[in-house]
Amino acid sequence: MKPQNLFEKIWNAHVIRTDKDGTSLLYIDRHLVHEVTSPQAFEGLRLAGRTVRRPEATFAVPDHNVPTKQLEQGITDPIARLQVETLDANCRTFGVHQFGMGDIRQGVIHVMAPEQGIILPGLTVVCGDSHTATHGAFAALAFGIGTSEVEHVLATQTLPQTKPRTMRIQVDGVLGPGVSAKDVVLYMIGQIGTAGGTGHVMEFTGTAISELSMEGRLTLCNMAIEAGARAGLVAVDEKTIDYLRGRPMAPKGADWDLAVTAWQQLKADPGASYDRTLTFAAEQIAPQVTWGTSPEMTLPVDGRIPDPAAETDPVRRGSLEKALLYMGLQPGTAVQDIPLDVVFIGSCTNGRIEDLRLAAAQVAGKQVAKNIKQALVVPGTGLVKQQAEAEGLDRIFKEAGFEWRAPGCSMCLAMNADVLGPGDRCASTSNRNFEGRQGPGGRTHLVSPAMAAAAAVAGHFVDIR
Amino acid sequence: MEPFNELTALVVPIDRANVDTDAIIPKQFLKSIHRTGFGPNLFDEWRYLDRGEPGRSCVGRPLNDAFALNQPRYRGAAILLARDNFGCGSSREHAPWALLDYGIRVIIAPSFADIFFNNCFKNGILPITLDGALVDRLLQETLATPGYTLTVDLEAEMVTTPDGEGLPFDVDPFRRHCLLHGLDDIGLTLQHLPEIEQYEQQRRQDAPWAFLVRDQQQQGVS
Ligand code: SF4
Repeated sequence: MKPQNLFEKIWNAHVIRTDKDGTSLLYIDRHLVHEVTSPQAFEGLRLAGRTVRRPEATFAVPDHNVPTKQLEQGITDPIARLQVETLDANCRTFGVHQFGMGDIRQGVIHVMAPEQGIILPGLTVVCGDSHTATHGAFAALAFGIGTSEVEHVLATQTLPQTKPRTMRIQVDGVLGPGVSAKDVVLYMIGQIGTAGGTGHVMEFTGTAISELSMEGRLTLCNMAIEAGARAGLVAVDEKTIDYLRGRPMAPKGADWDLAVTAWQQLKADPGASYDRTLTFAAEQIAPQVTWGTSPEMTLPVDGRIPDPAAETDPVRRGSLEKALLYMGLQPGTAVQDIPLDVVFIGSCTNGRIEDLRLAAAQVAGKQVAKNIKQALVVPGTGLVKQQAEAEGLDRIFKEAGFEWRAPGCSMCLAMNADVLGPGDRCASTSNRNFEGRQGPGGRTHLVSPAMAAAAAVAGHFVDIR
Repeated sequence: MEPFNELTALVVPIDRANVDTDAIIPKQFLKSIHRTGFGPNLFDEWRYLDRGEPGRSCVGRPLNDAFALNQPRYRGAAILLARDNFGCGSSREHAPWALLDYGIRVIIAPSFADIFFNNCFKNGILPITLDGALVDRLLQETLATPGYTLTVDLEAEMVTTPDGEGLPFDVDPFRRHCLLHGLDDIGLTLQHLPEIEQYEQQRRQDAPWAFLVRDQQQQGVS
């Protein structure tokens, strides 16, 4: 048999039928649902008199709109509250399991699902959210879908799909001190561009990837979407299996043994081919700071803001000029000379326990700089928060002058009260630096948790190497 | 879903690359639990000088006159011309809902982000990929010619310029079929229910561990 890459193994195991024109009907094993992209899908089911085909494979959690402080007051924004209550009602009506407000497991959907063992290797996973790509860290084929597709999966547990192409991103070597998965993925996006992976599923391979923890791999796959990829994937190894052992929703006993045997096959066969292969050297990768309004506009921390005058392509020059104007930056400025107003540590990219540990290590015994108006730490879920508190990380943050909040998406997309003011400049561990992403007129610089924490202490970016 | 067949309409240019779904419909409008009513807030941050809020009428809001949608010459446009990687970012289907609600039925660009591209077809919008140089030329012609229209024929997979020049494009046959007939894909998929059930039974045997979630929930861990 022809050697298969990891994507092909998972894809082939899920194709129910393929039409003459090449569209395949794909079986979906897990469906994650949140409050923002689901109301219209449930409404569609109701209008058509349909039910949820496998409610037991569907898991819901409110995260985008939820407040991260003064929770006892409930959600005060009436429109956000209606959306969360609509999710409650839909889950009750259709028998979907929800980790609701007040549940210790509630939090950012892509942090909650792996933590609960909902995501297993070899599964297909979808969610009405582009960062579903996160779950590829477990060798699960996970991708974001739109609301019509959410409705389709609810009703049928399947999705018609055309087969994506495959792209292998090989990163060999050893990452330098202070360089994390976040830096690897930002660097990669900087190299290939935000449309570099369009139409492809990316498989991350190489020694630098196998060395990453599960948390690191989640960060990496999370941002595959920012390179335009449909999904990211990392092969199963001992770390994957160790992470899953004992998780609440993971298989147990004899089923566990059977599962592990199956999972061990979830890596590319020797000699497997890809539509494209790109290779990067880990040693080339410095801590990254994005300077513009697209994740591809990234620089090493010792870099300087680019000059649009040096760009010959007029469309690209136009984008650079627009980005500089929006970001309020001058060409030639050193990244480390950029003063900051706000620091945000959290999100599905970097809201896990390891992220908080790395950030805390930078601030222990220090103080947030005077020019920082707000420094927020938002743990990914209630369980992450609990764990961090057990380790005393909350004290480290609070003593340094950070606010320690309740879980949710928070300032990653600023749908709740955590919003940048116009012109505010933020070092953020999230994944998107688009215009207005963290609030109208807000300026976002994407960085790793350690870089964000160090910047909070210094008041500007610093080279943590 | 409204079928799409043939359309001759005014063209509106959005002359920038990487237009993300946050720009198409800013996040505050995602709090709605409905599919319609987003049109007045399409491109809200570029279109108005103040901040739009869900539930607040757009009548009388200060307009950014420099933005194409506000220029009288593009009023009533149903074809949007854009640059590379249109619709990148968040998966929100509110983006095509807002475009459709405004009246856009066709988007022409050199490339689209995957999820957005998919979402368009589910909502009766036809995204057309044309070569970058060609899009560039169409943009120039649109900017230079008030009242510039294009004709789009999905059956024939052809865009026709006012000079009668035909620009062929390709659409995946299944999507073309659904769009031409306004078909709901859920109904189509449910025609294959026996195959889905058969697959499910087989997979339960091959990979029982993939089906254990309910048992775990019943054991009281949830
Ligand atoms: S944390 Fe940010 S990117 Fe992740 S799901 Fe929430 S809003 Fe989306």
